Amino acid sequence: MTAGTVAVAPGWQRLSARLIPVHLSWLAVPVVSTGITVLGTGGKLNLQAYLTLSSLTLAFLIVSGVNLMRYLTTGYRITDSRLELRSGLLFRSSRSIPLDRIRSADVTAHPVHRLFGLASVSVGAAVQGGSSNRKFSLDGVTATQAGDLRDQLLNRRNALNSGEAAAVADDAPIAEIDWSWIRYAPLTIWGVGGLFAVVGVVYRTLHDAQIDPLKLGVVHDVVNAFGSVPLWVGILLLVLVIVALGVIGSIGIFVEGWHGFRLEREDGGILRVRRGLLISRSVSVEERRLRGVEVVEPMLLRWGGGARLHAVATGLGSAEENRTRGALMPPSPRAEVLRVAAAVMGQEKSPTVLAELRPHPRVALRRRLNRGAAVVVFTAVLVAVPGLWVPGFLQAAWITAAVLLPAVILLALDAYRTLAHGITGRYLVARSGTFAHRTVALQCEGVIGWTVSSSIFQRRSGLLTLTASTAAGRGAYRIRDVTVTEGLAFAEEAVPGLLAPFVERG
Amino acid sequence: MPNSESLRLRPPRHRVERRAIAWWAAQASLIPVPTILTLGALYLFIPPARFVFGWIFLAAAVPGIAYMVAMPLWRYQVHRWETTDEAVYTASGWLWQKWRVAPLSRIQTVDTVRGPLEQLFGLSGIKVTTASASGALKIRGLDRQVAVDLVEHLTRATQATPGDAT
Repeated sequence: MTAGTVAVAPGWQRLSARLIPVHLSWLAVPVVSTGITVLGTGGKLNLQAYLTLSSLTLAFLIVSGVNLMRYLTTGYRITDSRLELRSGLLFRSSRSIPLDRIRSADVTAHPVHRLFGLASVSVGAAVQGGSSNRKFSLDGVTATQAGDLRDQLLNRRNALNSGEAAAVADDAPIAEIDWSWIRYAPLTIWGVGGLFAVVGVVYRTLHDAQIDPLKLGVVHDVVNAFGSVPLWVGILLLVLVIVALGVIGSIGIFVEGWHGFRLEREDGGILRVRRGLLISRSVSVEERRLRGVEVVEPMLLRWGGGARLHAVATGLGSAEENRTRGALMPPSPRAEVLRVAAAVMGQEKSPTVLAELRPHPRVALRRRLNRGAAVVVFTAVLVAVPGLWVPGFLQAAWITAAVLLPAVILLALDAYRTLAHGITGRYLVARSGTFAHRTVALQCEGVIGWTVSSSIFQRRSGLLTLTASTAAGRGAYRIRDVTVTEGLAFAEEAVPGLLAPFVERG
Repeated sequence: MPNSESLRLRPPRHRVERRAIAWWAAQASLIPVPTILTLGALYLFIPPARFVFGWIFLAAAVPGIAYMVAMPLWRYQVHRWETTDEAVYTASGWLWQKWRVAPLSRIQTVDTVRGPLEQLFGLSGIKVTTASASGALKIRGLDRQVAVDLVEHLTRATQATPGDAT
């Protein structure tokens, strides 16, 4: 009946025994932390240090114990039609998941796991009648076991679904990492946030080890030097240092996240993304769950001619999981992103590129300008309020308004020009965004409902916002500020018959 | 394409219960009424500070009462619902209005919801969830029996469709 490519697993399989040293590695944290403290204090530990150490040690002992227990009790096997899992010592649980309910099998390996050749498999399955996913994970099988398990789960269920072996895909990947793309990494500015987090962690660690970072020689010198130069030089230097570190940080994040990136189409209609330097990830998206793609162009990246690509698929999980698991391309050149979007959707040309672009009415521009003006007025008033008591703030308010006004006008114009919608083939396309432009191409048959909304201002201008509900991706995709007639006609064109019974003519 | 003629959404067939006006008013009064009473008491019992509390009282009372009166009446004009053999259609909101359509074939669960104030007024609401993360369709301010019948009707229609409605 099945394709017969996979031999039925004979019995229960366990997690790898190499997990034991991995679990014991948890104890390294209290040991290292003790070491640092002993060094930092010259061997004298006070009561606080003892309390911290003992609670840390206790906590990590418990964690190690729990993990060890999990290793001893966890098992899994694949039968003809089900994946069976069992675990627990006191509360024994065994789960049996029908293979045709399994939506995903992701393989992740954290650095310590990789050191020991281990990996985790996370299995997502549909809940009875629901769109929500339930996750079952097997932490710490050997890398080969993980690969086998993934292949078996995905191939097996495809064989079950289609009843025949799917067409063999060609071997060349759809996309691979191109290290020249690293030039786009600094334009993602995530590094700055990460930088502050790192500084915070370092400060906490030193503080706990009773070293006041401000009293360290190096830091002390820097602070002194900072005090001796004029303020504006100091601020300029500080900004430069933060930007430089932010650039290094975002390059680091790019390398960690996208090293070895490879997007390929596998047998049985599965798109697979593999990536990661320290943590290696493998995410599989079934093509039949793919409802579209989204091209995201944040401001800086757009200025650099780059973009990112996300899959709009059902069953990826929460919003956060959609962001991480749905990423199909690193920040990369726009043309490359569009090529991959087309390849992924199996089209000649990326459906996000509108053949027939329908702009939105001029009133939409006025709304954006009004909104910008409101921001300027609000900011200026905020600055001006202290001016009631302190002179100088009124002038500052004027300057703020004068600087902000051209900026918001440009943003409003850009936001208006970005607004567009249309239908290409079987895709509904919607584009919008002020700081980040988002272009989504969503399969019309993926639309499972419409929301028409309009604020009191929109009603006065005869506009509405049309929202397509879908089970995939972010769940709702908006077409903002279209005229009532155009919006309703578009909804009818995209999904004939759904909205029509409730629409009147004339 | 019918671009020359203008289109508009027609309101759904059924209004919600008239009692819903009182329910919305009660909901709307939860914060303004105690505030207004407190400020009024302060105005009455602290004569030297009247010039301050008088203005604060007015600043709280005028918009508060306007909201309590206008919002429920306005909502009653807007809130409506309808079910056909294919879809659920709802209208809600007042300043920001929303019309939503969900095909019966995509409905996953149908729940009854009844808040404490709603119970006081003998009202009931239903919540229709689809596979979309964009939120459930809600019809609030229905008569209890109407809500029960509606849930039953929708549940039956939903069970008739196979698949996981994505």
